[in-house]
This record gives sequence, structure tokens and C-alpha cells, in this order.
Amino acid sequence: MKNNTWTIIKKECARFFGDRTMLMTTVIMPGLLIYLIYSFMGNNFMQPKDEEPAIMYVENLPESVHPVLEALPLEMVTENFDAEKLRNELVLKDSKYILLVFPEDFDSLTAQYDPISGHQMAPNVQLLYNSASEPSQQAYSMVSAALDAYESTICNRFDINNTVDGSAVYDLASNEDVVGNFFSELIPMLLLLMAFSGCMSIAPPSIAGEKERGTIATLLVTPLKRRELALGKVLSLSFFAMLSGLSSFLGMMLSLPKLIHADEMGLDANIYQVSDYVTLLLLIFSTVLILVSVTSIISAKAKSVKAASAVMAPLMLVVMLVGMIPMMSGTKVDSIAYYLIPIYNSVLAMSQVFAHEAHLLPIIITIAANALYTVLGIWVLTKMFNSEKVMFSK
Amino acid sequence: MNEILRVEGLSKTFQLSRKQQKIERTERKEIVAVDNLSFTANKGEIFGLLGPNGAGKTTTLRMLATLIVPDKGDAFIDGCSIVSQPEQVRAKIGFLTSELKLEDFFTPNYLFDFFSQLYGIAPEVIAERKTKLFKRFGIDRFAEVKVADLSTGMKQKTSLVVSLVHDPEFVIFDEPTNGLDVLTARTVTDYLQELREQGKTIILSTHIFSLVEKLCDRVGIIIDGQLTHCDTLEGICAGQTLEDRFFDIYKEKKGGME
Repeated sequence: MKNNTWTIIKKECARFFGDRTMLMTTVIMPGLLIYLIYSFMGNNFMQPKDEEPAIMYVENLPESVHPVLEALPLEMVTENFDAEKLRNELVLKDSKYILLVFPEDFDSLTAQYDPISGHQMAPNVQLLYNSASEPSQQAYSMVSAALDAYESTICNRFDINNTVDGSAVYDLASNEDVVGNFFSELIPMLLLLMAFSGCMSIAPPSIAGEKERGTIATLLVTPLKRRELALGKVLSLSFFAMLSGLSSFLGMMLSLPKLIHADEMGLDANIYQVSDYVTLLLLIFSTVLILVSVTSIISAKAKSVKAASAVMAPLMLVVMLVGMIPMMSGTKVDSIAYYLIPIYNSVLAMSQVFAHEAHLLPIIITIAANALYTVLGIWVLTKMFNSEKVMFSK
Repeated sequence: MNEILRVEGLSKTFQLSRKQQKIERTERKEIVAVDNLSFTANKGEIFGLLGPNGAGKTTTLRMLATLIVPDKGDAFIDGCSIVSQPEQVRAKIGFLTSELKLEDFFTPNYLFDFFSQLYGIAPEVIAERKTKLFKRFGIDRFAEVKVADLSTGMKQKTSLVVSLVHDPEFVIFDEPTNGLDVLTARTVTDYLQELREQGKTIILSTHIFSLVEKLCDRVGIIIDGQLTHCDTLEGICAGQTLEDRFFDIYKEKKGGME
């Protein structure tokens, strides 16, 4: 029994380590790809931005808190500002500041406050910010952490942004900005993954499967031009992948408000216009064309459906990582050249549409670049269909 | 005689991968599959390429069908070069080999229409041809059955019919009866004779002597990629049986057989 188990293990090992493709795609490629992608992302997308730090406007700054706030890497302004005006303007997404409002006599109020009795309200420090603005959000995180730390040193004698009064709003970001930001970080990646998994399920059977079954040779002996075959394959597969993508998109858009508990949070997820949906549709279609071209080329090169799927599995990881870039580095880029990077350009452009930050030129460049890459992909596929080594290799 | 095929110095060498070297048990990095092959075929005749396995018959036919490109030489089918005019050649020929398969998902009816459209055949001609061929091969009763559900013989017949949707003047068959049951094999050989009677030219490859004796007007014997003899059956046999003559030729070529 024991010997047989060992025999089976040896046979499985011989099968696994003897199959170079399997070894490559399951052991070497995932690590290698993660290393390359993370290194690339680190070098190109995750560098500290040269943005100016947010300004921290402080009203009624108490002497006791001064050193705590002064230690933060934020510019602090304590006088000569119009707090009301700042409060009103903080709803804007591009506002790069936070506003701290301490109660007058903060120090004496905290000294008088008895946290054990529970008869009085703790002095409340208002920390007004805009979560849709990255600098403001970052400053908020920094300041609230610093104040929390300070609060614990004085036995929790004050509150930060208490919600005793239900009407109090401290995050002044608009509904549109909050929902847009959330969608812009998550949906492009999900859409990309759905589109890629759609391509993964249709391209290998259609191309590698035809090779494997010998049906492609039947086509190749007809007067059908290789270019027509490549174009026909890519367009039809794109249509199917698009249908799959649309289904995913609809499901996602209908379920996301529930996922984020939009009703409970007082958010309205219906913040997009028809023009936004049309733009998204064009971007998704151009992306699907590229994905289909790539998966078709891999399928044409592979000797079987299994081999094609094995090569595509690590690529899924790459696509996912690229889709995550807006989550980590935002939707703004400093060069138009980023819109020429396939897949990333689509993620970027889609994120911007979801965040209401889209401009026409980047979208046009993205779609044009994707169309160009697709033409290139079809050209490569045509060459592959023409190559007897690729089509008939054993 | 009306020459319809002219093969001029056709050669093909394949690079051997390490895996293939291991299988072939050889140190050679390449293998000459077809070596300077030249012959002609005339309109309305059945020309047989006879040779053992690995002699280069299939490679020759695949080059004629433009599936693979020769390294050297050329062949002209009805005046069209397989090297420079492959699309025109494909429009003129019908090619059938057990390597070519049909999509299991579709029915013979659908596949006949699909391949006819690829050849640009008019709908009314498609319908007429389909009725005739389906009836001839008994496919009409299974026209709407998916290929996956057909018997092996019916699949082969469907493949044959599909390869002839455009009623080609020049037909290439690689091992036409290979793997067929006796009934289907008989149907195929009978049909090849019918095609000849219709004035079509057929090039077939085989290693079955009886098939050559039954069907072929002229024969080319191919050994190690080279055409050793090319003549009428009578011219090659010179009073011997084809089988005996073939083994004599094989011995001469190989310098003695084990």
C-alpha cells in the first residue's frame, strides 16, 4: 500500500516535472510575473507624488494640542482665514485641506470633563475633510490618528467628530464624488477581470481547440484568406466576450448599491449620464478587442486548449494587478503617454469616467491605441495562421 | 494527354526537435521528407503515390494542398503555382485526409452550406449539389444529426462530401480508405472511379497495393522522399505483381532488406 502510494507520487512528479509548460506556467511564471509587475508598478506608478501636502486650517487651536499638530508633516494655518468659506468650499473634490474646529476653551473643557460620570457631553473636535480628495483624506487620517493618540494620553476627555447630533456631517465630499471614487477604484478592475475570464473561456476552444481537433486544417485548405479567418475569429470572439462583459457590467451596476449599502449610507449610486455609459461601452469594447487578440494569439500558439488555458492563468494575475493600479495610485497621470499602455490605459480611462474626471482626448487616445493594438494582433494572428510550424506543430 | 499537374523538384525538410530526435532515435537535427520530387498527372486519371510509412507521401500531398510550403521546387495545378498562388490552388482542389476533421457540434447540412459559402458557391447550386451528394452517400437521412452523433463511417462520408462541395476538377486523397470499415471503403473507392469517369483528376497516396491495382492509371513509387519509379501500372510491374515489384524496388533502393 505504502509502496503504491509512493509509486503514484513518483508518477505524478514525473508527469509534473516532465511537462515543461506546466512547470513554467504553474511554478516559474506566477513568481516571475509578480516580481516583474510589482517592480514595474513600483517604479512607474507607486512613486511618491510631488503633490503639495494638504493644509490644515485650525480654528481655536488650544495650547495643549499645538505641539501634537505641529509635529505633523502638514502646513498649519491657525489665523487669518474664513472658516465658513473654507467649510463651504470643502465640498469640492479638488480641495486640498482639512478644517479643524476646536471648541473655545478646549483645555478647560477637557479638564472639567468627567468621562466616568457620563452626565456631560465630551468636548467635540470637528475634523472636516473631503474623502474624495486624496490630500484631504490623507490629512484627515494623519490628524485623527494624532488626536486619537493625544486623547488617550488625557484619559479620553474629548471626542473627535462625534455623531451624537445625527445631522452632523464631517466628511463634506458630495454623494457623486464618494460613489464615483468608490466605483472608479473597484469597477474597472472587476470589468477587466470579467472580460478577461470571458476571453479565457471562449478563445482557447475556438482556436487551440480547432487546432487540437484538426478542424482548423479543414478550413485552411479552403480558399478562405488567413486574414479573413483571423478577423472573423477576433470579431466574433470579441462580440461574445462583449456580451459576457455586458452581462457582468449590468450585474455589477445593479448589485453595487446593495454591496456598499448605499441606502443606509444615504448615497445614491445613480450618478452617471447616458454619455458616461456610452463612453464606458466604447472603452470596454476596445479593451475586449485587445484581450481577445492576445488570448487568440496565445491560443493559436498553444497545441491544446489545456496548454492555452495554462498560459493564460498567470496572465489573469497580470490583468488583475494592472486593474488595481487606480486603487493604489489614483486616476491622475502626468503624461498622455500612459494612455498608450495597453490594458492600463483602459483601466485609467474607465476609472476617470467613473470618477467624473474623464476628458475627451485621453479617451480618444485610449480607444485609438486599443484599435491599433488590435489591428497589430490580427496581423500577428494572420501570420500565425499562415505558419505551418504554428498550425501543424506536433 | 492533358497535363493538369506538374511537380518540379519539390523538396521539404523538417527540423527535428529534441523530442522528435528522441522518438526517431537519431542525432540528426533535420529530416528530408521530400527530396527533389518531380512528376506529372494528366486530366481524368487517378495517380497513386505508393510508398511505406514515412516515405514522404503525406508531405507531398500536404504541399500540393498548400497546407505546407515547399523549401524548394514548385508544383502547378491547372497552371496555378502552389507557392505563389496558394489561394487559387485551394479554390481548384478538393483535399481529404484523416487529419482533417469536422466540427462535432454541427450537422452535415450546416457544414455543407458553410464550406460551400467559403468557396463562394451560389445558393441554388449548393442545394442541388447537396441533395445529389447526400443521396449518393446516404447522408440525407442524417443531415440534421450532429457530427458528434454520427457513426465513424458516416463521419468519413461527410468529410468526403464536404471536401467536394465545390465540385473540384482536381482531388487529393491521402490514404482514402485508411481506418474505414469495408463498406465505407468500398463506397469511397467506387466514388473515386465515378469521379474519374466524370473527368476529374485524382492524386491519392496509399501503401495498400490492392487499392493501387484497382484504381490507379499511373503510379509513383516514393521511398525516403525520392520518387524511384513513375509509370503506368503495367510499366512498373513488368509482369510481376505490384507487391513483388515494389519489394524489389525497395531492396534496390535500400541496398537489401532485413
